[in-house]
Formats: sequence, structure tokens, C-alpha cells
Amino acid sequence: MDFGFILASAAGEIFSPTTAAYALAALGLAVHFGYSGLLNFGQAGFMAVGAYGFAISTLTFGVPFFLGLLIAIIASSIFALLLGIPTLRLRADYLAIVTIASAEIVRYIVTTNQLTSVTGSANGLAAFEGGFYSMNPFPEGSYFGMNNRDFFIRIVGWGLVALCCLLVWLLMRSPWGRVLKGIREDENAVRSLGKNVYAYKMQALIIGGVLGALAGMIFTLPRGAVQPANYGTELTFFLYTCLLLGGLGTVLGPVIGAMIFWVVLSLTQGILYGLIESGAVTWLNTVQAGQLRYILVGVALMLLMIFRPQGVFGNKKELAFA
Amino acid sequence: MLGLLGAISASVLALLLVAAPATLAASPSPTPSPSNQTFQNNISGFLRDDTRAPLAGVTITAKKDDFTGTATSTENGSWNIGVPEQGTYTVELDESTLPEGITLAEGQENPRDVTFSQTSNLSVIFAFGKGIVVQQQDFGQNLLNRLVAGLSFGLLLALASVGLSLIFGTTGLTNFAHGEMVTLGAVLVFAFSAMNLPFWLAILLALLGGGLFGYAQDRGLWRPLRRRGTGLVPMMIVSIGLALAVRYVIQFYFGGATQQLPFAQSPEIQLGPVSISPNNLWSLGISAVVITIIGIVLLKTRLGKATRAVADNPALAAASGIDVDSVIRIVWITGGMLAALGGILWAYYRPGVTFDMGSAILLLIFAGVTLGGLGTVFGALIGSVIVGIFVELTTVFGLAADLKYVGALFIMIVVLLFRPQGILGRRERVG
Repeated sequence: MDFGFILASAAGEIFSPTTAAYALAALGLAVHFGYSGLLNFGQAGFMAVGAYGFAISTLTFGVPFFLGLLIAIIASSIFALLLGIPTLRLRADYLAIVTIASAEIVRYIVTTNQLTSVTGSANGLAAFEGGFYSMNPFPEGSYFGMNNRDFFIRIVGWGLVALCCLLVWLLMRSPWGRVLKGIREDENAVRSLGKNVYAYKMQALIIGGVLGALAGMIFTLPRGAVQPANYGTELTFFLYTCLLLGGLGTVLGPVIGAMIFWVVLSLTQGILYGLIESGAVTWLNTVQAGQLRYILVGVALMLLMIFRPQGVFGNKKELAFA
Repeated sequence: MLGLLGAISASVLALLLVAAPATLAASPSPTPSPSNQTFQNNISGFLRDDTRAPLAGVTITAKKDDFTGTATSTENGSWNIGVPEQGTYTVELDESTLPEGITLAEGQENPRDVTFSQTSNLSVIFAFGKGIVVQQQDFGQNLLNRLVAGLSFGLLLALASVGLSLIFGTTGLTNFAHGEMVTLGAVLVFAFSAMNLPFWLAILLALLGGGLFGYAQDRGLWRPLRRRGTGLVPMMIVSIGLALAVRYVIQFYFGGATQQLPFAQSPEIQLGPVSISPNNLWSLGISAVVITIIGIVLLKTRLGKATRAVADNPALAAASGIDVDSVIRIVWITGGMLAALGGILWAYYRPGVTFDMGSAILLLIFAGVTLGGLGTVFGALIGSVIVGIFVELTTVFGLAADLKYVGALFIMIVVLLFRPQGILGRRERVG
């Protein structure tokens, strides 16, 4: 078993584009759940709307990259509006059920055979990333052991994460953010101050949703493909694990949570596969090792919520719900 | 109280015992037709029309360079052409030898080029359609059939929903792991059947396993959390963690494939104007009886009254001398058994057992519970039946079959818009 290789590939996950996508989407969840108390279980739906919004506008309508980006953002905002109008007046568990249902509706719709010409059905869509990579300013070559495409997507992905973190940080220390936290603590108190709670919640839902949509794009670009199977309910649950790992009411928590999540996943995979190959573990095969990791994620989510709900960096005072 | 549970499980068992249908549809195992033994490689296939009946006497030719091989399909529809070497062959089906009224289905390439890849046997599939493709289906007939199927589906959903709703009512927990409780029932029946236990015993053990899982969850997880005073939202997230963990534990042991329970195949029978598969009919009967029993228990017995009192107001119920913890424990056990039974019936309805079958209908269960009103048992029943019928009927009215769950979820959202407390729910439950 080559520990050097296992460690290196686990360390590589820290700055992988997928980690950036998870960090962005978890940051969106932090806006929803951590700061506003909105229990959005449909973040996978926002990611799917972002990814498909971009892919479909690029492939079907042939729009340039930035217009596709804009369309994805607008589409996710509309999705947030559609979600928010019926549910934001309701209690937390209703919002949870409705958001998880809406995310599944999105997934069913992009999977249906009737829309194969637009969404590619279960096979998804591919070959829409050309516009993005044509903007690559780095000439071909090796950058820290990556080729110019890998390097470019990492720069863009993590640049976006940094930008969004700054934005969320500024928003949350602004008067607007204080109202939002007030809503999380006591909705009625804020309402009695004459604030339009519904509008604030809707704005938070849209902002977090747009972050999710951007995450969906970052998630698909390095793969060059978008597939409905990637946007199941599990994705949302993984994002919650990232968020809870790092800390709910923090800006950097979701980012570090996503890093920890992927490093731990990569490490457990590397070690398990290594043990299986060396014959030290005979009671499971490599397929089962993959499932064992998801079992660990589930158990980790439970243990985190029970024993350290504020996460690694969180502040227990920020947990209004626990 | 346990005696009551025993009575419920005994009646369920009795029903299931009767339910074991003796119609194990044995599909004729395909036997290879005598092939030219001088060749190592074969191109073969089975010809079956769209009703799965074998097509005999159809001539098929395979050509490559100067080699030509011909075969005629046998009585069971199989054909086999031995070929000297691997490579790309042009396979042509002689359409003039097809039986009357049978044509190749639309889009079937003929002749077509086929290429061996790594194996010495290459199978080629031809699909057939009816000579006249447009088959006018009687709308009323179709509507009736789907209505009955929807009722059967709705009632099996209701089994799981009633448990979820009882648990929500008594503990306030929105349990996202309920789907895994559904899966467990079906997986356990499969596992016990694979151990060659008799079918009735497998079902009984699976139901007991479901009850045990409910008990263990309450004892090991939810009761300690309640004692700690954990909030509802953290509990919901814990249930999600549990759902993930249990789902992949099941996959770990069960694998990712779809398996069939015994007696899963059953040809449709005609019952008056309705054609329905016997399994669906049994499912309908079993769930209707079980739900009736639950209803009677809830309305007429001391235990039922205590359960409803706890659901209404746990503190008040405790003050009036009801042992809230034991009521909740029984609710969990019953919920686990009901979910397991729902899972077994769901495995026959789909048909098939997979590790994620429960999470596939979890949202429909939620839709049913929300439609009826969170926490109301009879609301859950009505909501589930509406969802079941709605899911089946949308296909009659032209919605694509792969979108049929979307309709139910959409309806749930629309209902929340106008009547957030659900059909039987009360206003004060909405926050």
C-alpha cells in the first residue's frame, strides 16, 4: 500500500474543482439554513437548474458563455421564487419536504424521455464547455502538475468561492444580514419591528439558490457533462454534511467542511482499496468499500448533529434551532 | 398492549398465508437450437413478437466477405448461425418468412451490421410490432384499470404513511429514514427466501424484523435524543444521516441489482370489467384489511385512545396518567411493521427489490401525509390513496409514464399553497 500516493491524492482533493463546487453549494446552504433558518433540502435542485440552464442554453440556443451563465442564474432565481411563494410562510418541516420534492421534480423532468432532444434524458448533455475553455489564458503546459485546463478550472472555481465568501461575509455583517439572523432567531420579533420577513426570506432563498446554481456549473465544467443521476437527494445530504462539518453560521465553515469531506472520502477510499489489494481485508470488495464510505458519511452526519451541531468552527450561540 | 400488536401481526400473517399465490409463472427456459458444431463462433438470438410468443420458421442470413450462413428459427423462436471467424457480419432477417400480421418494429435496422466483441457468441435482437401499430385502447377500460391499480398503490403507500404520520404525531419527528424502513421489509423477505425458508415464514420474519428495527431506532436513537431535548430540525437532520447510513448498509449486503421476490410474476386476470394482476389484488385486500384494523384499534381501544391523546398533546397525556414513552415505543414498533409490510407490497407492485426502493417512494409517502395533514392518521390514509390514484391516472390523461411521480409531488405543493394544513389537518399545526 503506497501511503505517499494515498495522501497525495487525498491532498489533491482539497483544491479539486468538485470540492470548490461543494463548497459553493454548501455556502448557499449556509445562507439558507445557517443564517436564515430556511431548511432547504433541495440544493441539488438548484445545482441541477444551474448546470442544465447553462448546458441547455449553450447547446440548444448556442449562446456565448456569459449569456449562458446569466441564464443559469436567472433560471435558479425563478426556481427560488417558485419554491418560495408557496412555502416561505410555512413551518420548517413543510419547507424541507417541499424543497426536497421540487429538487426531485427537476430531476424527473430532465430525465424524462419526452424531452430527450433538449435535456438528453438519462444520458444527460455533453460538450458545452468549449466556450469556457476557449477563454483559458494559460497556454498548454504543466502547472503544478496539472494541465492548463485543470489549472484554469481550479483558478476559476476557487476564485468564485473566494468571491462568494467575501460577498456572503459582507452581506451578513450588513444591516440586511442582521435582519436575516434576527429572522432565524425569532421571526415574530423581527416582524413586530416592521420588517417584511417574507421578502427577506425570499431574498435569502434566491441568493443561496444562485450560489447553488454557480456550484452546479463549476461541478459540470471539468466533467464536460451534466447527468441527472448526479443531482439526486443524496447530493443535498452530502452538502449538509459539509455544512455541519464546518459550521452553520460561518462563512468559511462550509468551504473547510467541503475540503474535510472530500479529503476524508478520498483517504478512506485509498486506505480501504489499499487494504483490499494487499489482502489485509478480505471481508469486503472494492464495490462494497465505496458503499462503506457512504455509510460513514451518514453516520458522520448523525454524530455531528448529535454531538457537535455547531461544527468544527461554529459558535454554539449561532444555533437558534438546536 | 403487546397482545394487541400480536393480534395485528397474527391477522396480517393469516392474510399473507392465504395470499401466497400458487401461480409461479415458469417461463420456458430457452434451449439452444442445434448449431453447426464445426464453427467456434455463433451469431444467435430469439425471435419473439410483442406478446412474447416465439416466432418459428423465420429465415435469417449472416454474410461476411464470401461466407454466408443461414438459419431458420425453431419452435421456441431461437436461431443460431455458426460462423468461421469473428468480425463484422451483415445479418438480414427475411421479412417475407415472418408469420402473417407480424412486422419488424419501427426503427429496427434490417439488414444490419453486427460485430463480435470479445465473446464467441454474439446475440442479435430483433423487435417486432403488430402489423397495425395503432391499437385503439378503450379509454373507459383503461381508466378503470388504472383506477384500481392506483387504489392498490395508494393503499400500500398508506401503510407506510400511517406509520410515518403516527410517529410524527406522537414525537413531532419528520422521519426521513422511513423509506429505509420500507426497503427493509422487502429486502428481509428476499433474504429469508434466499435461505430457503418457506414463504410465509419469510414474510412473518420480515414483519418482525421491521418492528424490531422500529423498536431499536426508538430505543437506541430517538428516545435518548428526546431525553436530551434535541430540537425537531436537528432530529430531522439526524434522520437523514440515518437514512443514508441504512440505505448503504442495505446496499452493502444486498448489492445494487434488482431482485425478485417469490411469486413476483403473475399474469393479469380479468375480474369483471377490470384486468388486474393477482398480486395487485392481494396487495389491495391486505392493505385494506390492515388499515381497517389500525383504524379500529385507534378509535375503539384504550391503546388507540392513548395514542391519539399523546399525538394531540404529549404533556397533557402524561399528566393524565398515560405512559407516553411506552405509547411512543408501540407506535415505533407498529410503524416499523407497517412500513415493512408496505415495502413487501411495493416490491410486488413495482415489481422488484432494490436497495433504494424505499427512498424512491419516500416523497410520495410524504406527499400523502402532507396532503392529508401532517400528524393525522386518517388524513395520511386519504392523502395516500389520492396520491396513489393520481399517480396512476396521470398516465391515462397523457402524462409521460416517467413523469407520473411529478404530478403527485406537484399536487402536494399546490395543496400546500391553498390549504397548508392538509385535508384533515388543523390550522394550529401550521407554524
